[in-house]
Formats: sequence, C-alpha cells, structure tokens
Amino acid sequence: MKFILRRLVFYLVAAWVALTLNFFIPRAMPGNAVQAIMSKFPNLQPSAYRALEALLGVGHPGSLWNQYWAYLDDVFHLNFGTDVIEYPAQVSTLLVQTIPWTLTLVGTATVIAFLVGTGLGIVAGWRHGGWLERALPGLMFLQAMPYFFLALILIELLAVRTHLFPIAQGYAGGLVPGWHWEFIGSAIYHSLLPALTIVITSVAGWMLQMRNVMITTIGEDYVVAAQAKGLPNRRVVFTYAARNALLPQLQGFGLALGFVVSGALIMEIVFSYPGIGLLLLSAVSSNDYPLMQAIFLVITFAVLIANLIVDMLLVAFDPRVRAREAA
Amino acid sequence: MTAAPPAVLGGETPELAAEAQRPGQWRRLPVKAKAGAVLLGIFVLAGIIGPEVSPYDPSYANPAPSLSLHPPDAAHLLGTTQSGQDVLSQLLIGIRMTLELAIIVGVVATALAVIVGVSAAFLGGLWDEVLSLASNVFLVIPSLPLLILLLGYLPQRGQTATILVLSVLGWPWGARVIRAQTMAIRNRDFVAAARETGESTWRILAVEIVPNEVSLIAANFVNTVLYAIGASVALAFIGVADLSSWSLGTMLYWAESQQALQLGAWWWFIPPGLAVALMGTALVLLNTGIDELGNPRLRDAIHASKIGGRRQRPADPTPVLHAAPPARSRIGSFAASFSRSSLLDDSNGAAGWQARRPGGQR
Repeated sequence: MKFILRRLVFYLVAAWVALTLNFFIPRAMPGNAVQAIMSKFPNLQPSAYRALEALLGVGHPGSLWNQYWAYLDDVFHLNFGTDVIEYPAQVSTLLVQTIPWTLTLVGTATVIAFLVGTGLGIVAGWRHGGWLERALPGLMFLQAMPYFFLALILIELLAVRTHLFPIAQGYAGGLVPGWHWEFIGSAIYHSLLPALTIVITSVAGWMLQMRNVMITTIGEDYVVAAQAKGLPNRRVVFTYAARNALLPQLQGFGLALGFVVSGALIMEIVFSYPGIGLLLLSAVSSNDYPLMQAIFLVITFAVLIANLIVDMLLVAFDPRVRAREAA
Repeated sequence: MTAAPPAVLGGETPELAAEAQRPGQWRRLPVKAKAGAVLLGIFVLAGIIGPEVSPYDPSYANPAPSLSLHPPDAAHLLGTTQSGQDVLSQLLIGIRMTLELAIIVGVVATALAVIVGVSAAFLGGLWDEVLSLASNVFLVIPSLPLLILLLGYLPQRGQTATILVLSVLGWPWGARVIRAQTMAIRNRDFVAAARETGESTWRILAVEIVPNEVSLIAANFVNTVLYAIGASVALAFIGVADLSSWSLGTMLYWAESQQALQLGAWWWFIPPGLAVALMGTALVLLNTGIDELGNPRLRDAIHASKIGGRRQRPADPTPVLHAAPPARSRIGSFAASFSRSSLLDDSNGAAGWQARRPGGQR
C-alpha cells in the first residue's frame, strides 16, 4: 500500500499545481476577460462592465489569499460559476451533459488502441523482421498525421461518399436521449467512426514501444532458458516475454494519456461529437473563460485519476513493486 | 516516396562488403534514419527557399470569379482557395512558418530540458526532489487544454506567444530522460578524475557531462520539434492562433471553416495536411533511426540479422549456412511460429535441427 500511497500524494500535488495554475493564469495574463468580452460585443452598455466583472468574479474582492481560498472552496463544491455565453446555465451543468460522451468514446477507443497496439507489438517483436515490422513506416505515417486531418478524410470517404457511417453528431437527429435501445444503438453507430480514427492514429505508437521492449526482453537469459526447457512458444511469448515487456508499456500508458486525450478533443470538434472537446471549442471561439478553466480542470483530473488506476494495475502486475513494499 | 537511395535497399552481401571498405558515416546510418533525414531535408529546403520562390502573395485574393476554387493548372500548380488565393504560395510560406516555430521551440525547450535535467542530477538533494517533482507534475497534466487556456488569455495569439507557451510546456519529458542519464554518468571514473584535478562544477557539466549526452539531446530535440508541429497545428486548427498569418495550421483552419472538402476542393485541404504528416513521419523515422544506432537489436532484419539469406531472431541459435528452410508463405510461417514447440526448433522439426548441426561441433 505504501507505493500507492506515495503515488496518491504525488497526484494530489499535481492536482494542486493544476488548480493553482488555473487560479493564477487569468490573474497573471495581460488584459482581462471582461475587456475581451466587451470588445467582442460592441453594443454592450458601459454599465455592463461592472455586471460582467461580478459575474466572472474578476473584480478581485478581498486579498489574493482570500480569493484563493474562496476559489478552492468553489472547486471543491464543483461550483465553476455561471456560463457567460449560455448565460443562465451553470458551467457544471454543461460539463455534466458532455463528460459521459467523451469518457465513453475516448476511454473505450484508447483502451482498444492500447490493447491492439500492444498485441501487434508483441507479434512484431517476436517475429523480428517479419512483414508486420515492415509495415511500421506506414503506421508511423498514420501516427504522424494530425488527428483531425485523418478524421476529415475518413469522413469524406466513409460517410459523405459511401454513406457507411453518419457524418457527424453523437446520435441521430430527432431522437430523445435516454436509456432506450433506439437511442443507444444510434449512439454506438455514431461513435464507430470517431473511435476508428483514434485507434488508427494511436495504435502505431503503442506498437512501436511494445516491439522495442519485446525485442530487448527476448534477448534475456530467462527467455532463452524457458525455450531451452522446451516450453511451447505460446507460453514463452505471452507468459515469459510479453508479461515482463508489458510493464514499461503500462507506465507509458499513464504518461501518454494526456496526449491521447488532447488529440481526442480535436477529433470531437471534427465530428461535432457532443463531448467536452466540442464544448472547449465553443468556449475558445467565444472567449468563454470560466468554461475554459473548468474544462481544463476536468480533463486534468480525469488524466490524474486514470494514472492512479494505471499505478494500481502496475502493483498488480509487477511483483517487484510489491516486494519493495514488503521490504 | 521515402527517398532512400536505391543502392541502400539492394542486396545485403555487397552492402556488407562495401561497409568494410567505405566506412562513411552516412552509409552506416540505418535506412530509417537516412529516409527521415532526406525527407526532412526536402521540407527544410522548401522552408528556406519557399518564400523566395512562391509564385504569388499568399494573402492576395484574386477577385476574378473564375479563380475561386480553381483546380490545379499551370498557372496555379495547387489550385486556388475560395477567395482566389494561390494554395502553393500559402503552402510554401506555411511550411516556413511551421518549421521555424517548431525549430525555435525545439531549441528553447531542449535547452531548458538540459538545464533542468543536468542540474537536478548534479545538485542532488532538495533541488533534485523539487525539479523532478516539477517535471513529473507537468508530464501528467495534459498539455493541450493548458496551452489553450494560456493562449486563450493572451491578448494577441501571434507566433511569438505560441513559441513562448509551447517552449514553457515542452521540456519535462526531456528533463526526466536527461536527469536519468546524468545520474548514470556522474559516477563514472572520468568525472571523478575531472573533479580530482580541481575542475569547477560548471566546467565538468559543460565539458564532461553534456558532450556525453549529445545523442540523447538530439533525440529529445527531434521529439520536441515533433510535439511543436503537432501542437501548433492543432491549436491553429481550432482557431487559437494568429489567423491572418499563414502556417500549415491556419491553412487547415481556413480550408475546414470554408468547407473545402465539402466543396470538393481537395487541392486546398490535402497539401497542408499531407505536409504535416510527412514532416512528422520524417521526424519519427529519424528518431527511430537514432534509437537503432544506439541499440542495434532494434534494427530491421534487412540490416541487422539476415545471415545466409535467412532471418534471425535475437534469441535464435548461431545460424548454420547452406541450410535454408523450405520456403513458406508469410501467413503460413507466421502461424507456424506460434505452433512450433520452441524457438530452438526450426520449421523442419527437432530432427532437422540436429541433422543440420555441423558435425565437428558435437
């Protein structure tokens, strides 16, 4: 438990850094949100200035220290303030509407990409020099392509030209969201193409990393010993080599998650998928600062929690971590 | 497409012989590194001479209605945009802008990574704790939302602001890797010797430590450039950039927002995306090549482990020449590799393996 506890403290520190950045960025930057909004809507009365200040909480009442505590208190109670653009709506309401979409789509697609990429990496590492390995430069090309570019091309080819998949949105227009089959089916159907783009663009990275570790692992003495014992190949590959090669891969998973999530946000924008990425775009294009800040916090916390889960898996998979704790 | 010289891809035996005779640096590079370097060279060249040779002013909107969304022809090699701007000119300037940004970010962020990584490892103690904690924290915080937040609050989102923000967020990974390497190096004998002769800490760092990490720093630079290209293009695509300048990202932004694909104007949309993808591929190839240079095990079978026309896996026993196994189809041999009882067996079975063993060694 000591390992997990140490990591927990680390993630708490990371969360605190994110919270503090989020607090200081608006205050440290030149210019301010109120002016930005005022210049965006030139027909606002000058008296709206004070109102906007109060609304955004940038009038800076009290000392910085008091503001900081008030801010932490607000975040703790999930109170992210009132949205500027969709005025009476609370930011937290908007977030609650969008988070499930992103979590389901991006979460599932990332796990699939990780599993497929790792599996292919095991095979490529084992069959060093095989046909799969020669396909690597091609896969690298797919990986180097910007997410949104590939997504737009896939939409054009698979949705616009051939009507295999829907072009955009999270579910068919006219359906009422709810827990009935018609809606769920439509949602799954609409998520296939976005999920496919995430998998295609991120599979090569997992594969390349797994292959490299796998090749190094196969050269280890214990793998040769396992072969010399006459164990079947399947057992040598999966139980001896892959299991050990998986550990660095798992550690990489936590760190790469931030990048994957960032890419997935852009993907949502392309597909007009009703997730948090699309919300972020509308926040950016309308200078909706409270929403931007809340989204940043939500994504960061999601990534931190995912990292904590990965760490727990690591404890489950790696006896060395457990041994270190016992010692 | 990947412009490797054909001589390199040729037969293995002449290549091996040639390697002994002409030990040129370039020849010894793995194919992937060569392909990446050549591909990247093309883009750097386009970036350098691009603004000079671009046929039109990229922002000039030709009012002639016939030149709106004109497909590629002799006058406009890559066609025109909806407002009659020349796509090729935009592309050339865009490559320049994007590469310039990425390289500056690469230099600044790598320098930061070296400073943080080396000083964390060398100063040790509390400094190490604090600096490592900082780089680990910034590694787990997802970068794109933070970039958007930072740039969103800036009053002007020009090139300089983007470079600044990308550099500030681009160093943690490199710092972590370089710290680990410095930890490994600093206890070596030559560093101890330098310290005994009374060299100052700064001199040891600059003359003894950092030169020994050049390959690591180079790899980190390539990675950072890759990150900068990806991030800047993504930021521009969602509109967090100076949209009046021409970079590959803003090109994609305008093409998307004016519905280039829906209007069938592939010549407007495909070139900038393809340019980003090819630049990225070149950098990934270059990095894989650098990796392979340091760890020959990772190399392709083409280069590393083909002996007597037969591919060797790292765990294979020393190969016996003149006894190539019967040819199998790719899928067949792939499936067989999992059903064989052991790596030590060949496809001929245990008996075949024994029989082909040179008698003298028994």
